[in-house]
Amino acid sequence: MTTRPPKKKTGKKTKNKTTGIGAGTAPAKSSSAVRTGVSAEAMATQQREISVSEFFAKNRHLLGFDNPRKALLVTVKEAVDNALDACEEGGILPDIYVELLLLTETRFKVTVRDNGPGIVQAQIENIFGKLLYGSKFHRMKMSRGQQGIGISAAGMYGLMTTGKPVLIISKTSRKKPAREIVLKMDTTKNKPEVVSDTEHGEDDTLFPDGHGTHVEIELEARHQKGRQSVDEYLEQTAIANPHAQIIYVTPANETITFPRTVNDLPAEPREIKPHPKGIELGTLLQMLERTKSNQLGGFLQNDFCRVGLAKARELTAKAGMTNRSWVKQLGHAEAEALYNAIQEIKITAPPTDCLVPIGSGALLAGLLKEVQAEFYTASSRPPAVYRGNPFVIEVAIAYGGNLPSEETARVLRFANRVPLLYQQSACSAFKSIVDTNWRGYELSQPRGTLPVGPLVVMVHMASVWVPFTSESKEAIADYDEIRKEMKLALQECGRKLGTYLRRRKRMQRQLDVRTVLERYIGEIATNCEGITGTSAKKIYEALLTQVKRKTAEADAILDREGKVIASLDETDVVIVTERQAGGGGAAFDESLFESTTTTTTKNRVVRKKSKKRTIRRKRVA
Amino acid sequence: MAKKKTTTTKTPGRSPRTTAGSGRGVSKTQDRRTIGKIKDLGDAVVRDSLALKEPAIGIPLRTAGNTKYNTKRRILEMGSAKQSRELFNFGMSRKFMQTVLLANGCKELVEADKTLSLRGMYYKTLHTIAGTKEKTFDGQDESDPIIEDLEVSLGALREELHVFAKKAGTMVGNITVVDTGDEIDCRRMGSGGYAIPSIVEPETLQFKKCDAKFVLHVEKNTVWSRFNEDKFWKKHNCILTEGGGQPPRGVRRLLRRLNEELGLPVYCLLDCDPWGHYIYSVIKQGSINLAFESPRMAVPDAKFIGLRASDYERCELSDDVKIALTDRDITRAKQIAAYPWFREKKHWQREIKAMLRNGFKMEVESLITKDISYVTDTYTPQRLKDKDFLD
Repeated sequence: MTTRPPKKKTGKKTKNKTTGIGAGTAPAKSSSAVRTGVSAEAMATQQREISVSEFFAKNRHLLGFDNPRKALLVTVKEAVDNALDACEEGGILPDIYVELLLLTETRFKVTVRDNGPGIVQAQIENIFGKLLYGSKFHRMKMSRGQQGIGISAAGMYGLMTTGKPVLIISKTSRKKPAREIVLKMDTTKNKPEVVSDTEHGEDDTLFPDGHGTHVEIELEARHQKGRQSVDEYLEQTAIANPHAQIIYVTPANETITFPRTVNDLPAEPREIKPHPKGIELGTLLQMLERTKSNQLGGFLQNDFCRVGLAKARELTAKAGMTNRSWVKQLGHAEAEALYNAIQEIKITAPPTDCLVPIGSGALLAGLLKEVQAEFYTASSRPPAVYRGNPFVIEVAIAYGGNLPSEETARVLRFANRVPLLYQQSACSAFKSIVDTNWRGYELSQPRGTLPVGPLVVMVHMASVWVPFTSESKEAIADYDEIRKEMKLALQECGRKLGTYLRRRKRMQRQLDVRTVLERYIGEIATNCEGITGTSAKKIYEALLTQVKRKTAEADAILDREGKVIASLDETDVVIVTERQAGGGGAAFDESLFESTTTTTTKNRVVRKKSKKRTIRRKRVA
Repeated sequence: MAKKKTTTTKTPGRSPRTTAGSGRGVSKTQDRRTIGKIKDLGDAVVRDSLALKEPAIGIPLRTAGNTKYNTKRRILEMGSAKQSRELFNFGMSRKFMQTVLLANGCKELVEADKTLSLRGMYYKTLHTIAGTKEKTFDGQDESDPIIEDLEVSLGALREELHVFAKKAGTMVGNITVVDTGDEIDCRRMGSGGYAIPSIVEPETLQFKKCDAKFVLHVEKNTVWSRFNEDKFWKKHNCILTEGGGQPPRGVRRLLRRLNEELGLPVYCLLDCDPWGHYIYSVIKQGSINLAFESPRMAVPDAKFIGLRASDYERCELSDDVKIALTDRDITRAKQIAAYPWFREKKHWQREIKAMLRNGFKMEVESLITKDISYVTDTYTPQRLKDKDFLD
């Protein structure tokens, strides 16, 4: 429920700004205090009357449509996020197709197609043609989308800039033919307007799986490669979603495939009720009004998590009431007393099984796929709670290899598997990385900045409610609890990296020693022959045996944590990165391993049988 | 002149002796012993290598910590502490290689019955290591200490290894010596003097006729020239030597032989600074670096006649001669005062303290400010007459 207040405020603000007196709904909305008789449903009907086009024209930056370049990214992002959410909810391994078709210099056609369960005809209009309509807004459940604005806003942006309606093709089952709907939004009424609705048997070829959704949006946009581009977004999405296959056709008509590397869907996140500690007074008041329970005890037990009979009794007693108090009779003062009681009394942390982290194994798989490095490691924190919202922080790092060594580390931020590309420096993840002392892990780090080196740092926050700094969902807000967890996870990865780098340094040193020794023992052998008459060759070979024995470590192969896992012959120096070793923790990782130890996030078991990735380094001559 | 002629006539007869080896002051038996020692060292390395053990060469430490002052003999002696030079210790492997290289070089030298200078030895063993761009030595600075290491670890003197240092040091005076068969009259050496060779063992250099009553050793050539020009050695019937600062082994060995074999007392005229004090110390009881050679080099009876810190007032020298002590000088002076062989000598403690109290040092040349020949006419004779020495 904490999800709503910021959103509502925006709505209200917009309303006052854009419709003002004219809308005639102001009285119900203007006060954040006691409102009587307005249910959520009534609210929704009122919202429909907002002049969406004006709202949108003035506030498009709030949704991320600041400029043509960003508009393109946001459109793709919203469509892909929806597609992934739909597939996962439908229990289908996602196959996503993204195409950017360049129509004119400034106009693009964005096509996004998934193999999800499809959308029933009746809902298509609402989902794509109506702002603030969706399944994710009213619930406490981990998902990519949260607000129900995204895709409809994208469609509307397209309509506004090009006048072209949105084309949706959806197929829900093999038996039914695909349905093609061309949709316009009545922007003054926030109402979908169906231009055409036809059955298209021939479109079935688009959906080899027999189901899926296909969306086409035409919009004014600009495509540019590099940072904060569609390309980067898709690349990072592939990292955080190794269970998805993404095919991307660029404006230059190149096809890039991000293959699937994990063949198991993430577990279905469980929906939870709000935690008492996580709500604000206003939310509490709302909940009191909307509850189906008659008595306070029932309300507390049914509408919140972690409140049982005893805890409800304790809370009501503290607030000067009883479990039998009638909800309808509670006024503002009583609600406030209850709110204060909640703050004072200890309540068990919210359940954390509602969270589905990516898992160290899948994180590594994703990173390994998209980043060419030499060393990878990941760490998953146990679930923690901020403001009554459970969350999990996961960190993965990649080091060395083809990464640029002179630049500052690249930061990949994710919230519920969605890449965050803008406002990096405002983000808690960024601040945590800067806060971490990387110098202790053999990296250089100018004061107050990111570490410098061939390093990619990936931070993922999974939560039923990710606290963004703004509606455009670009940066994670800086809560102490979140920052602490991020730092701990970063430090864990950093320690492993440090161990590895120190070990590697030592190996390099041994290698140097070996080259030097090999030079000298030739001299020594010849001169010893001169002195004693013993054959130089014999002496040389005996000494060489010893040299190799002394510098055996240089031949060793290291695992992610810098432990020796095997020794190869002395001809090459091989650094092996264990492909999917490391902490399990999430159920869907398990198939990756031949043997698994789950639940412990600090799991450091190295599995020798898993696939290895080898990067050969040329011996220093 | 007659004597010179005789030496020239002897020349042809000398060459066969030189090739026979005796001319180097090292006998054939000694050579065989030296080769045996080198072989022992090589055998140990080979034995360890073939047994897959880490080869190491034990090298006695040439440090202050491993130098003992023998109060009875009044010389410095090398202690028993040894450093193990290991091939597989990365910091030592290059030095290990160089040690073996030079050991083999010395063996070849002894076998061929030739001698080389330190620099010659450096060139003999200098080459690029096969398959690399690395040279065996980066300069003579690197090879010289290794030769010294070799001397101590083999227990063989440099001349036994057929290696000698560059000549430095000059002698004149009432003595005739025979140097590799050539008779040299040190009374007739002109202004240049007789250059003291690096090897002055009895096999190479014999004393023939000596009328001198003592030896005066001065620090450097400039002072020595002053004394020679004033014919000080003639007036006072002595031998005048000079070692170019810290005297090389040849000069020290010669002083020792003059003292030991001819019974001549040795007097030193050195600068009033820590370096002068240490030169005296090296002549008297031996050096830390070559402590193993002190028994044949030190002159425990050597005396220090000046300059003394008190001379500034006693001789009424002008302010101009003062050279301020640097921090390094002060540190060094304190270091010297703390050496066991200085610690027990109250007059030396007083002398060093006086210098530190003065806050300046003085060179022997500073006496020239009084008069060009003040040092030869007044200062030194006065001291000798009064027997005013530091011991």
